[in-house]
Amino acid sequence: MALKRRIAYIDLTTGDIEIKSIPIEIRKKFLGGRGLDAYLLYNHTKKGCDPVGPDNTLMVSGGILTATCASATARTHVMAKSPLTGLLGSSNMGGFFAPEMAWAGFHHLVIKGKANHPVYLFIHNGEIEIRDARNIWGLSVTNSQWAIREELKDQELKSLVCGPAGENLVAFANVMTGIKNSGGRTGMGCVMGSKNLKAIAVRGTMDIKIAHPIEALEFNKRFIDQITSAKVNQTQGKIGTPFIWGATNSWGGIRCRNFQYNQCEYADDIEPERIDEICEETMGPYHMTGCFGCQVHCRSQYKIPEGPYAGRYDEGPEYTSQGAFGGETDTPRALTVLVGNHLVDQYGMDNLETGSIISWAMELYEKGILTKKETDGLDLSFGNDDAVIEMIHRICNRKGWLGDTLAKGGIQASKIIGKDSFKYLIQVKGMSNLHSDERATPALALNIATASRGSDHLRSRPAIDLYHLPEEVLRKIYSSPIHYNGPLSSEHTEYIGKPWQVFWHENCYMAVDCLGICKYHTTFLGATLPNFEDWSKVLYYNTGLEMTPEEIWQVARRCNMIERLFLLREGLKRDDPEKGDCLNPRYHTEPTRRGAPDVVGRVIEKDKFIKMIDEFYEHKGLDKDGLPKPETLKELGIENEPTHLL
Amino acid sequence: MAKALYIDYQKCTGCRLCELVCAVKHDGISNPTRSRIKVMKWEQEGLYVPMSCQQCQDAPCLNVCPVKAISRDEDLGRIVIDYDTCIGCRACVVVCPFGAMSFNVIDKRVFKCDLCDGDPQCVRFCQEKAVDYISSDEISIWKKQEAAERLSKAGKEATALMAGL
Repeated sequence: MALKRRIAYIDLTTGDIEIKSIPIEIRKKFLGGRGLDAYLLYNHTKKGCDPVGPDNTLMVSGGILTATCASATARTHVMAKSPLTGLLGSSNMGGFFAPEMAWAGFHHLVIKGKANHPVYLFIHNGEIEIRDARNIWGLSVTNSQWAIREELKDQELKSLVCGPAGENLVAFANVMTGIKNSGGRTGMGCVMGSKNLKAIAVRGTMDIKIAHPIEALEFNKRFIDQITSAKVNQTQGKIGTPFIWGATNSWGGIRCRNFQYNQCEYADDIEPERIDEICEETMGPYHMTGCFGCQVHCRSQYKIPEGPYAGRYDEGPEYTSQGAFGGETDTPRALTVLVGNHLVDQYGMDNLETGSIISWAMELYEKGILTKKETDGLDLSFGNDDAVIEMIHRICNRKGWLGDTLAKGGIQASKIIGKDSFKYLIQVKGMSNLHSDERATPALALNIATASRGSDHLRSRPAIDLYHLPEEVLRKIYSSPIHYNGPLSSEHTEYIGKPWQVFWHENCYMAVDCLGICKYHTTFLGATLPNFEDWSKVLYYNTGLEMTPEEIWQVARRCNMIERLFLLREGLKRDDPEKGDCLNPRYHTEPTRRGAPDVVGRVIEKDKFIKMIDEFYEHKGLDKDGLPKPETLKELGIENEPTHLL
Repeated sequence: MAKALYIDYQKCTGCRLCELVCAVKHDGISNPTRSRIKVMKWEQEGLYVPMSCQQCQDAPCLNVCPVKAISRDEDLGRIVIDYDTCIGCRACVVVCPFGAMSFNVIDKRVFKCDLCDGDPQCVRFCQEKAVDYISSDEISIWKKQEAAERLSKAGKEATALMAGL
């Protein structure tokens, strides 16, 4: 049964391994995946621990529904204290790793200590072995996975690896699995590298009994029909996430030249149709691929068509790579996007952070804060394609003064570069914003300011706010499972009602992360997709666990609050420009210059924004300073944390 | 005419949902090693090929079975195993040229695709139709049509080239 999947504690310093079962009371409180990881992180790390030291604890997990007959339960979650932000490190990724780990008998791994030479873990049908990885150290993301398969003579193995960027302790190194499934953003690959942990290889053939198989199967079919009938998922299934680029850029929601413009002017070459053309030319008419058990299949496949990397196979490029290596750096050439995407995939480095930090350096170069002296002669002008590619190599290999500096992450780099550099850094809590511009969308601005791991679109973004849905539709979505009778607005430039939307999405996304389901299967890009009501059923049919939609909502709130407790313990303060729930002042002072009539000339109005945060805190049960009220902790049953129950 | 599974590997996205639903439908258990269909993957090239029983006309498994536990069901056009007769010798696993006959180490018995008694779940769940269930005589027509389209496209391109367009 899914609920019998166990938890393993692995100490890399001593080589000790301890395996335990997960009590049902803990499951009911935190379910699994990101939620239970947050509990473990809060319990197993000490305040102020060094993110790249042996005391940092790395959690790797699947959701409670992983590898059951629920739809698209491919997600793997990775959590630790972040080397990039010094706060919450948390990454969620697709692929085939978590299901394989569940068939091997495990849902959660807690990894402590530091090995005295490179090692990898081999997890096979209930057993865990620590193996020598000295031969694999230094290999690229895919080559290290194939090398492990060769060594263990099993082509069905699935591995989670850190690439050269993680080995080199780049602060935003990813953990990766498969060709391009990335646990990105907060530097979890760097944590792996710091522990001398090159990879975790899993292989499982153990049964997971489905509690009510006929019902689970039929419900899965209904789920899939609902999910694939949504137009947004049909489009994703044809051309992948780049489809978002077309609309967002023409509308004026893409950061260009770091933060100077909100639209990339000459971007025809990286429009979704053009990317799709290249994929078709190099891979044939059927060039989409998906994660385990998913019928959305949102990833394109391509080969680089020309240049020094011609013929290399990769997947994507995602919408995020279009922004990172096309929009922000103002290098709108398909080849730069394809090569940039491929390099970060092979190095195991976050594409968003890499693109953002290069475009930040480019703006500093433009302003004269960086000169050819610091760039070792490189012309870091906006629009210089070769410089973008060169900087990717330099950051991963920590080559040159600038490469080494940027590899430490934005805030650390700004302290080394000095002058006004911090002013130009578009970040929240130390993590760069993705390539989107939120100045015309207060709801999205509130989302990035308050997201738990920093400036992030996957923690609470009410993306459907851009669709101008009628108020009665919004009311239907946002009044379930908890009744809400406050204001709601269909207008994306408005400030009213948005805090509730962000709060609702924060809980919705936490719930899917605990269950192990992908966000494309809930109210993220589509307004008609499954949520709490459906999860209550799918959870019961697959695991036998009976929980009402309201109880799942409470789990999500509880897990979000545990993340908040962790953030506060590590130094979050509401108005701290480095560790707070606030935006770069440029959001409030520099109006947007391009885009549609309802986008151009906009800033986030400071006074209204502060009121939004106040209201958001109120919904969450925090006081004006962002600290949890005692009654909130009591209501959620976490007033005594850390309780060390697991 | 009985229907047959038609696998068009080019359409396969490699998600392995077919493996999951096959195991759940037959055994009520999630475990791909229990699946009758299996997606073989070359991830480094992005190539995925689902493999299943071909329900051969002159079936090696049927021919080799020493106790005649394997027979042909003409109504559904499938090869079936009679578990009351089967002695579990695995000779059928050895001779199958497609690796479509498997041995389940947990339940200790051989197993293969039974077309879910006429409603194959792999087909029902695969929206890409990489696995389809169609009349045996339609399969070749379908392939002829695809090949003809390719030829006609190539023909048009050649004409355009010669006209200097």
